[in-house]
Amino acid sequence: MQYALLIYGPEPAEDAPDDLMAAEFQAYAEFTNHLVGRGAMKGGEALQPTASATTVQVRDGRTITTDGPFAETKETLGGFYLVEAADLDEAIAYAAMIPGAKLGSIEVRPVLELPAEYAAATAGAAGN
Amino acid sequence: MAGSAAAHEVVDRLFREEQGRAVATLIRVTGDFDLAEEAVQDAFISALETWPVRGVPDNPGAWITTTARNRAIDRLRRRKRLLQKTETLAQEAAIESELEAIEPGPSEDAMHIADDRLRLIFTCCHPALAMDARVALTLRTLGGLTTPEIARAFLVPEPTLAQRLVRAKRKIRDAGIPYRVPPAELLPERLDGVLRVLYLVFNEGYAASSGDSLIRRELCAEAIRLARVVVSLLPDEPEARCLLALMLLHDARRDARVGPAGELILLDDQDRSLWDTERIAEGRALVEGALGERRPGPYRLQAAIAALHDEAATPAQTDWAQIVTLYIALQRMTPSSVVGLNLAAAVAMADGPAVGLAMMDGIVASGELDAYPYLHSARADLLRRLGRWSEAAVAYRRALELTTNAPERTFLEGRLREVDGRRRVID
Repeated sequence: MQYALLIYGPEPAEDAPDDLMAAEFQAYAEFTNHLVGRGAMKGGEALQPTASATTVQVRDGRTITTDGPFAETKETLGGFYLVEAADLDEAIAYAAMIPGAKLGSIEVRPVLELPAEYAAATAGAAGN
Repeated sequence: MAGSAAAHEVVDRLFREEQGRAVATLIRVTGDFDLAEEAVQDAFISALETWPVRGVPDNPGAWITTTARNRAIDRLRRRKRLLQKTETLAQEAAIESELEAIEPGPSEDAMHIADDRLRLIFTCCHPALAMDARVALTLRTLGGLTTPEIARAFLVPEPTLAQRLVRAKRKIRDAGIPYRVPPAELLPERLDGVLRVLYLVFNEGYAASSGDSLIRRELCAEAIRLARVVVSLLPDEPEARCLLALMLLHDARRDARVGPAGELILLDDQDRSLWDTERIAEGRALVEGALGERRPGPYRLQAAIAALHDEAATPAQTDWAQIVTLYIALQRMTPSSVVGLNLAAAVAMADGPAVGLAMMDGIVASGELDAYPYLHSARADLLRRLGRWSEAAVAYRRALELTTNAPERTFLEGRLREVDGRRRVID
């Protein structure tokens, strides 16, 4: 079996102190290394805060792009794609092609680029 | 002394006209909104210092852009020196590549620079930004408006507006909003978004208000100026031309719609000799230029309606039948209760107040515009014209509950006194 582990939590403070951020990155790097060591790591990324989010819907064949994260509580997370795109417009174009965009909503959230020293662990996992 | 005053005047005028152009170019070469704004500001300060002494250069706009570019280089070098003391090689390399990008290349020609502003308009009006952020960002980066000016125009506290700008710039960077004119398949949708921002800026400036009338005038001028930029760079887009026409045709009546005490004067009561005939002629020419288009858009219809008002030498000469036809077309194209209300008001003029009132009663019954003051004031006006004084008074009171704008309140209070007086005579 494979499982997706989805991380929910309070929105991080806009200017969190560096040492707090470092401790957080360190803790995640340790967990990632644990998964990599056991051969359990299939992928995963940190995401930018919800302020960077864009929501995409397709209605009557038209793409509707709105500012902000997906906020409807009645609809639930059904899956996700991780895509490489040149910019937000390309990501929106892919989002609009997802069948679920016709009935539901696709939240487009950029991946957070980790500082080099923490990114190394995940890069190792990708080649695994 | 005279030379110094003249130089200041040139800088002031240039600031409105050129700052958006310079910021747009600097954003292209640096990819950094804040650096671009700071560098352009530096360049204008430098102009204020040197021009009164050495005279205004032959091409002041180019001087500003070149100076801003040099200031951006200085700022990046300073950042690099600081980093050498404290920080990592990777960041230093990033600044080095930024510095390389910023040096003038062979591709620097006038067309490129014109494109910069168009690119920036599309970035600032990207649908992934909230509408209020798009408006603020467009006025700040492309218009010559300062943060306090925009805050005053939209009646929000200055820190709120500053925060809105910071967040919008961060989102552009973090979410990867592109800096470019959208490709053909996205252009209609995105251009529509740009035009909506410009129209919103114009309407905000055009709404009569107790607020700062100078700033409001500036908003209208800015919307018109930016619409001209879009039209000159995308000449084949009829809706852009028609939005420009629509704004000119409304702006032409600006001086006639407010009285000496700041009171609101309705279209019927305006001194039409105060209308700006040059603007009307320009607006009409733009609308007529778009007449050949097979499928008229909503701005074309609205501009045609505004032109019909402007063409009438007296209120009685207004072609209301034609206006009704245009509103019916607009209602079909962009159905909304607000368009329905305008249609009802036009029908009242063409076919009598009773017919218009029946349509407005339908809108009231739907409950959709209950919080919209103009529904109640327009309905009150028809009731007044039909001599139904008591009902008119109720409707004026409801409109007053919903109106905060001082000149509009004064107007409504006057009408309410009038119908209350008539009511008492009859009772």
